[in-house]
Amino acid sequence: MSTAGVGGAGGARVQIEGVHKSFTLDGRSTPALIDISLEVQAGELLCLLGPSGCGKSTLLNIVAGFIPPTRGRVLVDGTPITGPGPERGVVFQEYVLFPWLTVTQNVEFGPRLMGVPAARCREITARYLEMVGLSEHATKFPVQLSGGMKQRVAIARALANSPSIVLMDEPFGALDAQTREIMQEELSRIQRVEHKTIVFVTHSIREAVYLADRVVVMTSSPGRIKEVFPIKLPETRNRFAPEFTHYESEITRVVKEEVAKVHE
Amino acid sequence: MIRALALVAFLIVWAAVSYGNRSLQAMNPILLPTPGEVVAVAVSLARDGSLERHLLVSSLRIAEGFGLAAVTALALGVLVGLYTPARLAVEPVIEFVRPIPPLAFLPMFLVWFGLGETSKVAFITYTTFFPMFVGITAGLLRVDIMLLRAAASLGATRLQLLRRVVVPAALPGIVVALRLGFGLAIFVIVGAEFMGADAGLGHLIMEGRVFFNPAQIVMGALLLGILGSLVNGLLLAAERRALRWRALR
Amino acid sequence: MSTVTDLVQWGLRGASQPRRRALALRVGAVLAFLGLWSLASGLVVLLELFNPIFLAGPWLVLGKVVQLAANGELWEHVGATLLRVLVGFTSGAVLALALGLPAGHFRAVRNALEPIVELFRPIPPLAMLPLFIVWVGIGETSKIAFITYATFFPMFLSTVHAVQQVDPLLLRAASSLGARRTQLFVRVVLPAALPEILTGIRLGVALSFFVIVISEFIGAEQGLGYLINDGRNFFLVPQMLGAAIVLGLLGYGGNALVVLVERRWLRWEHPASA
Repeated sequence: MSTAGVGGAGGARVQIEGVHKSFTLDGRSTPALIDISLEVQAGELLCLLGPSGCGKSTLLNIVAGFIPPTRGRVLVDGTPITGPGPERGVVFQEYVLFPWLTVTQNVEFGPRLMGVPAARCREITARYLEMVGLSEHATKFPVQLSGGMKQRVAIARALANSPSIVLMDEPFGALDAQTREIMQEELSRIQRVEHKTIVFVTHSIREAVYLADRVVVMTSSPGRIKEVFPIKLPETRNRFAPEFTHYESEITRVVKEEVAKVHE
Repeated sequence: MIRALALVAFLIVWAAVSYGNRSLQAMNPILLPTPGEVVAVAVSLARDGSLERHLLVSSLRIAEGFGLAAVTALALGVLVGLYTPARLAVEPVIEFVRPIPPLAFLPMFLVWFGLGETSKVAFITYTTFFPMFVGITAGLLRVDIMLLRAAASLGATRLQLLRRVVVPAALPGIVVALRLGFGLAIFVIVGAEFMGADAGLGHLIMEGRVFFNPAQIVMGALLLGILGSLVNGLLLAAERRALRWRALR
Repeated sequence: MSTVTDLVQWGLRGASQPRRRALALRVGAVLAFLGLWSLASGLVVLLELFNPIFLAGPWLVLGKVVQLAANGELWEHVGATLLRVLVGFTSGAVLALALGLPAGHFRAVRNALEPIVELFRPIPPLAMLPLFIVWVGIGETSKIAFITYATFFPMFLSTVHAVQQVDPLLLRAASSLGARRTQLFVRVVLPAALPEILTGIRLGVALSFFVIVISEFIGAEQGLGYLINDGRNFFLVPQMLGAAIVLGLLGYGGNALVVLVERRWLRWEHPASA
C-alpha cells in the first residue's frame, strides 16, 4: 500500500487539529478524547488502534461529522467540516445497508442523490460491484446476503460515491475469523487499485499491521495518541514473515500497557 | 409532567372555546358543553345516587364478563397450548369465528338472553374470550425451546419442565393478553349498553343523545376514560411487579 | 401430553405435521364444527328443547344469505356498509399520516400533539358515537366521522412510532453519501418506517369493521349492521347470523387486501430467493 501522493498537492488529506471531546452525563463532564492532532496523507491507510473505550470510534465519528468536537477542528482537503458529507464516505461495523433497496440500488444511492445521469450510475455501480466480486448478486436484497457479502456492498457503496476519504469503523468486527481474513485481503487488493485515503478503526493488532501504512496507538480512556508506528512492509503482506511478526510484537507490547490500565 | 400540562392546556382551550361560544353564539350552545356543565351533570347525578348506580352496574358487568372469559380462556388456553391435537382441532375454528366483529353478535345475545344483565355479561364474556385465548396460547407456544433444553439437561422431569420453565416463561405473554382483554371489555361495554339497557355508563351516554344533552355524553365518556385508565394503570403496575425480572437492565 | 423428549425436540408446538395431514385436520375441524352446529339445531327441533328460531342451523343461515344475494338486497346493504367503511377509514388514515409523519420526525410537533392524543386515548371511541350523532345528525356523515375518529388514534400512534424507531445509523449512512434533509426523509425515513405504518393501517381496517356495526344499529336504514339489528324485531336469526358472517368475510377481505399491498411494497423483507 503505497503512500504516494496521488494527484494534486500530495500531502495531508485530513488534518485533525487539537481535537478534544467530552461527554456530559447528569451534569458531569467525562473526557473521552484529549488533544488529538493528526494528519492523514493522501492515499494512505491509517489505523486507529487501542483498547476498548479509548475513543477511537469517537474520533472517527468526529471526522465523519456525526458528533462535534468539544474543542479543536477537523479539516478535509483544507476545509473545516461541519457535519456529515459525501466527501467522507463511511463503512460501518453493522453494514447499515438500506434493506428496502437491492444491492445495485444501494451502491448507486450516492451518485443518484447527486443527480448523476442514470447511464453513468449504472456504469459506476457495475464497476464497483465487480471490484468487490458481487456482480452476480446485483439484484438481491440485503436480507439474502451473508455478513461478508453485506460488508462488500457497504464498501462498494462508499467507494462508488468517489469520496475524498473513507472512514471505516471496525468494519470486519461482526464477521467470523475466516471471513475477516478474506475481507482484509479484499480490502488490501482494492486499495492497491484505488489508493484511497482511509482511516480504519480496529482493536485487532494483526489486522492493523496487515492493512495499515501507519498505525496510531491510542491510550485507554481518556484517549490520547500514545505512539505512531509507520509500517514499512511491501504492498502484498505475508502474515508469517518475520518483519510482520516483529511489528506485531512491538505494537502488542505498547498496547498491552494500555489494556492493563483498563483492567485495573 | 407533560401530561399534566397538556391536561391543563386542553382544559383552558375547551373552556375558552365553549364559554366563548356562549357569548358569541357561533354554534348552538347546547352542542358545545362547557366544563362547568359537564361537572354539573356529574354532580346532579351523584346527588341522587344514580351516578354510583350506573358506575356499579357497568363495573359489575365488566368484572363478571371479563372474569368468566379470563378463567375460560386460561383453562382452554392451557389445554390447547400443552396438548397439540387440541390445538390443531381448535385453531381453524377460531380462525373462522375471529374475523366476525363481536359487536355484530350483540343483537343475537339480546335475542338469546333478553334485555337483562345476562345478555350484557354473556356478550362481554364472548367478546373478550377470543383475543385472550389467542394471546394465552401464543404466550405458551412462544416459550423458547432452548430454555426447555437447558432445564432438561439439568435433570428436569416433565412436570418440572411445565411448572418451572413453561409457566414463568409464558407468564408475561399471558399477563399481557389478560390486560388487553380487559381493555377490550371497557371498549365494548359502552356499545353493549347502548341498546336494550336501562342502566350503566353506556346507557347514560345514550340517554344524553336521546334527550339532547351533550354534557351528559361528555361526562359519561370522560368517566369511562378515567375508569379505564385507572384500572389499566393498576393492572400495569401489578404486571410490572409480577414480572420484575424483565425490567432489570 | 408431550414427554420430555418431545418437548426438547419441538418445544410446545409439537412436531410439525406433514402438509397433507395438517390440511386434512383443519378441514376436518371446520366440518366437525359445522356438523356439531347442525346437530345442535336439529336436536333442538327434535327434542323441542326451546323455540328453534334461536338456534338456526348452518343451512338456514346459508339459505338466507343466498336468498338476500339473489334478490339484490344483500348487495345494497353490503354497499352501504362498505362505503361508510371506505370513506371513514381513508379519512382516518390520511389524517393519521398527515399528522403522524411530521409528529414522528419533528420533536416540536410531537410534543404538541401527543399529549392531546394521550388524553383521548383511554376514552373508548364508542362512547363518542352519540356525540357525533348529536352534532351531525343521524345520517351518513355521523357514521363516517365516527369511523374516522375511531381509526385515527391507533393509526396516528403507530405512524409516530414507526418514524421514531428508524435506525439512526441508516440516517448517518445516507448523510455520508450526501443526502440532505428532504432526501433523508423521503429516501430513508419513509421506506424504513413503511412496514410498521402498514401494520397500523391493517389494524385500522380491522377497527373500522369492528366499530361500523354499532353505528349501523342506531339510526340506519341500510347496511349489514342494520340487517342484524332489524332481524331482532322478528327473531330473524338466520338473517342476523348471516349478515354477521358476511361482515366477517368483508373484514377478512379488507385485511387480505392490505396484506397483499404489504407483500408488494415490502418485497424486500421476504424476497423469493433467486
